[in-house]
Amino acid sequence: MHYMVDPGLYALGNPDDQAPVLVTANYKMSFDRLREAIPGRNAWILVLDTKGINVWCAAGKGTFGTEELVRRVAASGLTQVVTHRELILPQLSGPGVAAHEVRKRSGFTVIYGPIRSTDLPAFWDAGFKATAVMRRKTFTMRERTVLVPVELVGTLKWSLVILPLFFLAGGLGGDAGFWAGMLQNGLFAVIAMLSAVVAGAVLTPMLLPWLPGRAFSLKGFVMGLITSALLVTLWTRGFSEPGYPTRMMAWLFIIPVVSAYLAMNFTGASTYTSLSGVRKEMKWAVPFQIAGGVAGVCLWLSSLLIT
Amino acid sequence: MERFVYLKDVVTLALDPEKCIGCGMCLVVCPHGVLRMNNGHARIVNRDLCMECGACSRNCPTEAVTVEAGVGCAAAVINTALGRDGSSCCCVIEPDKDSGGGGLKTSQSARSGCC
Repeated sequence: MHYMVDPGLYALGNPDDQAPVLVTANYKMSFDRLREAIPGRNAWILVLDTKGINVWCAAGKGTFGTEELVRRVAASGLTQVVTHRELILPQLSGPGVAAHEVRKRSGFTVIYGPIRSTDLPAFWDAGFKATAVMRRKTFTMRERTVLVPVELVGTLKWSLVILPLFFLAGGLGGDAGFWAGMLQNGLFAVIAMLSAVVAGAVLTPMLLPWLPGRAFSLKGFVMGLITSALLVTLWTRGFSEPGYPTRMMAWLFIIPVVSAYLAMNFTGASTYTSLSGVRKEMKWAVPFQIAGGVAGVCLWLSSLLIT
Repeated sequence: MERFVYLKDVVTLALDPEKCIGCGMCLVVCPHGVLRMNNGHARIVNRDLCMECGACSRNCPTEAVTVEAGVGCAAAVINTALGRDGSSCCCVIEPDKDSGGGGLKTSQSARSGCC
C-alpha cells in the first residue's frame, strides 16, 4: 500500500495553462522517476489509478487504459486547467490506451513520449518528439541484474520445502547411520540445489545474450549442464563410496533441469518474449524438465541404497 | 547493445494492407521496431522481434493491425493450466489478492524497467 500515490492532477513547479500534461501510473516509483527526470521544469502530472502497478504492467492488464484515462481527465477538470488539448503518455502505456478513442471521447490528443523517463528532457527539448532509440525497449545487463533478487525470492519458498527432504532422505538411506548420512548426502544435496538455483536464476539471466539457443529453457539447461559438470568434477569428497557414481549422475540430471525450469520462468521478467513463443517453448520444455527431474531423483534415491 | 530475438515464426501479429491508412501509430507505440513505413503504409519488417504486447493493434484506428495480445510469462501459463488465477504472475497482479504468491515486491518489480 505504501507504493501508491493518490490518483489525480499534480503540479510540478509552477505550471500555467500552457504547460504540458504528463500522464503516469500511481505506482510510487513511476511517479517519482517521472518527477526526478525533469527537475526545474513546469508541468502538470496526471496520475491514473493503476492500483499501484507500474505503467507497462498496468497497460497490459488494462488498468492504465482508455477508460481510466478518459475518466481521470474528466474528474480532474483538466479542460479548465489547461488551454491546449494534448496529453503526453509513456510509450509503454500503448497496450492499454487507444489514442484515437481517447481523442474521440475526451478531446485530448495523445502524444506518446519516450520509454525511459530519463529521455524526457531530450524529448521535451525536441518539441515533444521521440527518436527511434527512445522508442526501443532494451534489456541490458543492468536491467537483467536488478531482476535477479526477485527471481531468487521466488525460489526461496520451494527451496525451504525441498532441501529438508534431501537431508531426511540422506539420513535414512546409506549405512553410515542417520546423522552421518544426513551430513554426507544432505550437505551435498544442498550445495547442488543451490548451484542449480544460481545457474538458472542468477547466471542465466545475466549471461542471457551469450548463452546458446533462443528458448530460455535451453539457455538455462546449458548453464545448468556447465554448472553440474563443474560441481561433479570439483567435488571429490566421498569418492570411494559405493553410491558415489550414481549420486553424481543424479545431479547431472537434476541441476540442468532445475536450472532450465528457473530460466524458463525468467520469460515473465524479460522484455521481449511473446505469449505464443512461451507456449511453444513450454510444450517441449516442461515434459523434458519433468522427465529429467524424475530420472534424477530416482537415481539419487537409488544411490542411497547402494552399499 | 545486444539485440534479443525470441523464437522464430511464432507470433500472431498480422497486418491487413487494405485497411491500413498509414497513420503510423503502430510504429510509434511498438517497443521493438517491428513495423516500418513503406509507400504510405505500415509493413511488418521484424516479425520475430514482436512480443505480442498489443500496443499496435490497440492504437490502430482501422483495425488493420491485429495480434493476440498477452504476457509472455511461463509462470502465468503454468498457473492457468493448473486452474489458478493466470494473472497472478509477473507484474500483472492485484496487490490486495497477493496472499499466497511471492510477495508484493516480487509482483511489482518484474518488468519494473518499464516505469
